[in-house]
Amino acid sequence: MEVLVFLVPLALTLGALGLAGFLWSLKNGQYDDLEGAGWRAIADDEPVSEETVISTGRGDH
Amino acid sequence: MQATRDFSHYVRHLGSGLSHIDLAVEGVNCAGCMSKIERGLSALPDVTLARVNLTDRRVALEWKEGTLDPARFIDRLAELGYKAYPFEPVRAEAVETEQASFLLRCLGVAAFAAMNIMMLSIPVWSGNVSDMIPEQRDFFHWLSALIALPAAAYSGQPFFRSAWGALRARRTNMDVPISIGIVMALGMSVMETIHHAEHAYFDAALMLLAFLLAGRYLDQSMRRKTRAVAGNLAALKAETATKFIGADEISVVPIAAVQTGDIVLLRPGERSAVDGNVIEGQSKIDQSLITGETLPVKAGPGTAVYAGTLNLSGALRVRVSAASEGTLLAEISRLLDNAVQSRSRYVQLADRASRLYAPVVHTAALLTMLGWAAYGATWHDAIVIAISVLIITCPCALGLAIPAVQTVVSGAMFRTGVLLNSGDAIERLADVERVVFDKTGTLTLPELDVTNAVDVPRDVFELAGRLALASHHPVAAAVARASGARTPLTGVEEVAGQGVRGFLRGLEVRLGRPSFCGADQIANEILHRDPEASVVAFRHGETRHVFAVRQRLRPDAASAIATLVKAGIEVEILSGDREPAVRHAAEQLGIHEWRAGVTPADKIARIEELKRRGVKVLMVGDGMNDAPALAAAHVSMSPVSATHLSQATADLVFLGDRLAPVVAAIGFSRKALLLMRQNLWLAVGYNLLAVPLAIAGLATPLVAAAAMSGSSVLVILNALRAHRGARELC
Repeated sequence: MEVLVFLVPLALTLGALGLAGFLWSLKNGQYDDLEGAGWRAIADDEPVSEETVISTGRGDH
Repeated sequence: MQATRDFSHYVRHLGSGLSHIDLAVEGVNCAGCMSKIERGLSALPDVTLARVNLTDRRVALEWKEGTLDPARFIDRLAELGYKAYPFEPVRAEAVETEQASFLLRCLGVAAFAAMNIMMLSIPVWSGNVSDMIPEQRDFFHWLSALIALPAAAYSGQPFFRSAWGALRARRTNMDVPISIGIVMALGMSVMETIHHAEHAYFDAALMLLAFLLAGRYLDQSMRRKTRAVAGNLAALKAETATKFIGADEISVVPIAAVQTGDIVLLRPGERSAVDGNVIEGQSKIDQSLITGETLPVKAGPGTAVYAGTLNLSGALRVRVSAASEGTLLAEISRLLDNAVQSRSRYVQLADRASRLYAPVVHTAALLTMLGWAAYGATWHDAIVIAISVLIITCPCALGLAIPAVQTVVSGAMFRTGVLLNSGDAIERLADVERVVFDKTGTLTLPELDVTNAVDVPRDVFELAGRLALASHHPVAAAVARASGARTPLTGVEEVAGQGVRGFLRGLEVRLGRPSFCGADQIANEILHRDPEASVVAFRHGETRHVFAVRQRLRPDAASAIATLVKAGIEVEILSGDREPAVRHAAEQLGIHEWRAGVTPADKIARIEELKRRGVKVLMVGDGMNDAPALAAAHVSMSPVSATHLSQATADLVFLGDRLAPVVAAIGFSRKALLLMRQNLWLAVGYNLLAVPLAIAGLATPLVAAAAMSGSSVLVILNALRAHRGARELC
């Protein structure tokens, strides 16, 4: 039974950590664009090099 | 194609040498657009941030102060194929965003507490049937109370506040039974804990809160999304006026800064943002948005000009009279007020359900208590059973039934290009029996189109288009658009009231009136064949061509109407335009019922007449003259190009050049209504099953909690079906 003295606070602490994480991410605007965030995760986001910038810039004219 | 634009009003200075602007973008639908836009804008020098918000369809931009003109971003986005415009977030929107994040915080806290209390409850439930010692049970119950009470106090705020507000105003709403249920469950649980009882209801109370908050959040996020996009649309209409601040000095000011008696300049190609009277100048004006009349009307000193009219040829000085009574705007808004009042009597499905619900539940709980007491149970036991009735009938399935469907359907509609202004529009749209269309700008495209493009050689057309880019005239704009020209000719000069001219490789090129280009003969031939058209002539050396420009039906108008008719929905045209024009459109579309030359009052009268006959009417219109009819109809829709007033009045707004969204919206709403009804029956069915158990005193907290969450999950799963199979009319 003594194990409860550790396990219950431990479980509650973990839960509270999760809650704190949620509140933190909410405050940081992580839920502002749920749709976009979903796509960003799978988007091809290689850093755009100088050359590609110029070529896309010209390519559209 | 536009006059000089000054967007400095929309730019925020962030300090640290950076400027910030928010742009609303039309047509961003997928991840592809997102990266295309972000890369395209980041490619501009000195841009430090370009981030697309796919939910709101907006782009946030930051750049080094003073290095770029914001108009450059708009042009860049146009090159990439997106229409964009700056906008200022409205205050109401900021409040709603704040509310949404508060609801989400409450939901997080309630879910956290519910899960942890559940973790403590399971040992109690299993311990009750095995070997748990009472001290351990009390310890777990006290721990639960420690978590539940502050968590409920925090996350219950949205309900408690609303219930308190209603009670203070001596009214009652859905939140009153919710609050009573939660407070009683918590209070009773504390009492039970103090008396070392076997059961406590902390878990049920918190779970109830979590589910209800989820429903609230879904409901709110649907409206917020629509509001955000509606804000984007309003940005498109951000109107300015050119006001005289001295005898000859002018300044471009936001429309809010214009007052009655001011004198404004209305240049050719500009749409008036005010009502007023012409005091100087001669021109032709296009009143199609106001009256539905397609042909331009002559305007000179004394002519009344209304907001929304387009000045075609000459510059006009207009004395503003918008604020005075008797203007068209005042007349229309009076009609509008009456019409809006008459519609507010409609009661939403959710309201009707909850109005029945609260008294039934309270009576059931009260009768249960009295019944058990009469039967011989102690008051304590009778109250405990009554509370378990209150808990098990918790309206969470009911609270989720409608918002869950609304959210899913509004998302699905959004993807087909329809925005919802109000949740109950779905219910009203579902039982439409007749669709009344306005013609100009609704069945036809809002912008003019060149009809004889095939008769003109491609290279000539393109050259004319490049020349047309130099003019503000709407007919020239149609030529520029149709030719696909992108690079304006340099060194072009404008001849007032005549057209534009320039030089290309030593030869003079002209675009404008037929007489200006010496092409009267060809123009007359074209006008003889098609009296509805407007003409613009082009001359390059000795080559002469005349373009016929007119309104064109939306590309899928015929098929959309055919689909409606096939589904048994009647279709009618109600237009302010002249008879031949309306007859022509009606014949092309196979619509037998049409009326031409109707005034705003006639329109509203026709809608009222249909209403009296018990016909549920969907009105689709875009002009100011349609606004009262839109408000009077059972449900209404506007294209995105509509005047601000119409858009604000309409229940739904559709995007794009096609009419298909109108048909799709009806299909979606029918499916949605079906699902909403199913959900309500699911919630009722669950109660019919669970309540007798609770009344009989057989519902343990485990059964109550499982049944309650089970019913909520079922309702949500059912709502998700709205995604599929709603594209065709049922």
